[in-house]
Amino acid sequence: MADTIDPARADDAPLTTSKHRSAAADAIAGKLGTPEDGDADTLIGRTVTIKRPRAELYAYWRDFTNLPTFMDNVERIERLDDRRTHWTVKAPGERTVEWTAVVTDEREGEYIAWASEEGADVPNSGRIEFRDAQGGRGTIVSATILYDPPAGVIGKIIAKMFQREPAIQARRDLRRFKQLMETGEVATGARNQRLLDEGKN
Amino acid sequence: MRALAWHGKHDVRVDTVDDPEILNPRDAIIKITSTAICGSDLHLYDGYIPTMQSGDILGHEFMGEVVEIGSKSTLKKGQRVVVPFTISCGSCYHCGKHQYSACDNGLPADNQDIAMSLYGQPMSGLFGYSHMTGGYSGGQAEYVRVPFSDVGPIVVPDGVPDEKVLFLSDILPTGWMAAENAQIEPGDTVAVWGCGPVGLFAVQSAFLMGAERVIAIDHFPRRLELAKKFGAETINFEETSTYEALMEMTGGIGPDACIDSVGLEAHGFFIDNVIDQIKASTFLGTDRPHSIRQAILACRKGGRVSMPAVYGGFVDKFPLGAFMQKGLTLKTGQTHVQHYMPGLLNAIMEEKIDTTFLISHTLPLENAPDGYRMFHDKQNEVTKVVLKPGLERVEIDV
Repeated sequence: MADTIDPARADDAPLTTSKHRSAAADAIAGKLGTPEDGDADTLIGRTVTIKRPRAELYAYWRDFTNLPTFMDNVERIERLDDRRTHWTVKAPGERTVEWTAVVTDEREGEYIAWASEEGADVPNSGRIEFRDAQGGRGTIVSATILYDPPAGVIGKIIAKMFQREPAIQARRDLRRFKQLMETGEVATGARNQRLLDEGKN
Repeated sequence: MRALAWHGKHDVRVDTVDDPEILNPRDAIIKITSTAICGSDLHLYDGYIPTMQSGDILGHEFMGEVVEIGSKSTLKKGQRVVVPFTISCGSCYHCGKHQYSACDNGLPADNQDIAMSLYGQPMSGLFGYSHMTGGYSGGQAEYVRVPFSDVGPIVVPDGVPDEKVLFLSDILPTGWMAAENAQIEPGDTVAVWGCGPVGLFAVQSAFLMGAERVIAIDHFPRRLELAKKFGAETINFEETSTYEALMEMTGGIGPDACIDSVGLEAHGFFIDNVIDQIKASTFLGTDRPHSIRQAILACRKGGRVSMPAVYGGFVDKFPLGAFMQKGLTLKTGQTHVQHYMPGLLNAIMEEKIDTTFLISHTLPLENAPDGYRMFHDKQNEVTKVVLKPGLERVEIDV
């Protein structure tokens, strides 16, 4: 970290925690790269510390077909080639949304950046970063996602539901990723399979 | 199976429900042989704890026999185990520091949101204690699913009666940690508010840790008698002004360490209690913190306050000025049960600690609603109710 505050910024805090969300989104879009279409202006950021080695977490994440194990809303991810995957994701109202994501940048063991290709139901781009935590605490994992909430006819109602949903989902998914990596399982309060299937915790 | 389910304020029933199953590799299924009603279960019974749902199975003090294990459990079928009330993964940073009740992973991801907004962080899961603590079915039942069974339950030797080890699940470690948090030094006078099970175990623990004097405060004569048996001096707050008595009994110094084992449902006709009770019943506040206020005022300058008592929300009129001006230290937290279990099991086996004196009533699980009513209404006579699954319901006069 530099020893002075970035002149364009008020402090050193991550842009995802800015009170000025749109300005932050603009700033991040510059660094992240944006989806090929759509006007991605909604920003989500979440960081967790996971007590496992950086290389192990990176490798698990880089095999994108692993992700539905802890991403509750993701129905399936198909691998198209080493850099492209097709995502099918549950959306409010029994719908699904789909897109093809392409890895736009990556560095082994450090970060993966992606963006959706043209024709995405929900244009999005993002970056997952892995850094060593201090004091032997494992790895700091940060997800930053920029997306364009679906608009249009039924627009506002869905948008209202949808706008919050990816933020909630992202933080819960990261918790499940942490649980899976640290404990080997995803915690549930359900008493048996029937209650688990009904989503009763 | 049969299980004690919560249906609303002062409405608990023994229902027939689906059996538990192994869901995760580290799970085990325990067939309950003994389970107790905890003082903190009365907070649920009285409707003080939010996020309860009708049908939730209660109970977080239990032990029994291992009958099923997941592929990663280290338990063996047939072993007798006592299960800690905290559900902790044993793998995260906090578990690594033995801060088990601060476990990062005990709560299901979706249930962490409430704790995040109330407390800023998720805490460990708890058995049978609302959905903000994970929605886990409790042990006042014939069977229970125990997650992380490779790090939680402690195996007890055959031949030791349940009654001698059951309280390793919660109240004995809680009383012990309360005394440890009071950082007792030789020559100390320790004051203990509340002579329920945790307070009584804190009295015993304080003496074992070298306290010279322990002063126990309650208003139930039988509970004060029990404290006296362990060597405590007593104050009955209905007969005596607690602050004045503590000052006079300590030569005007105040107790070196104060332990609040009363918590959010303090009894007694004190003006702050009555106002807090009105606020609680109108949802303007939840906790009635009379005892912690008094502990802070009475504590000697530079002294230590330990708070094992359960608080859930916000308090009014916390004497922050007295706390700051006198330079007090406050230590608290849900109990790190797994950390204390092995040492306390040894102390029980070596007969340094006896916990069986506490049990005033043993009932069939089928009579659990009677047990709740008795424990709630007759706190003088009813010091601890132990429930036994598999027995016929009996008619008792409550």
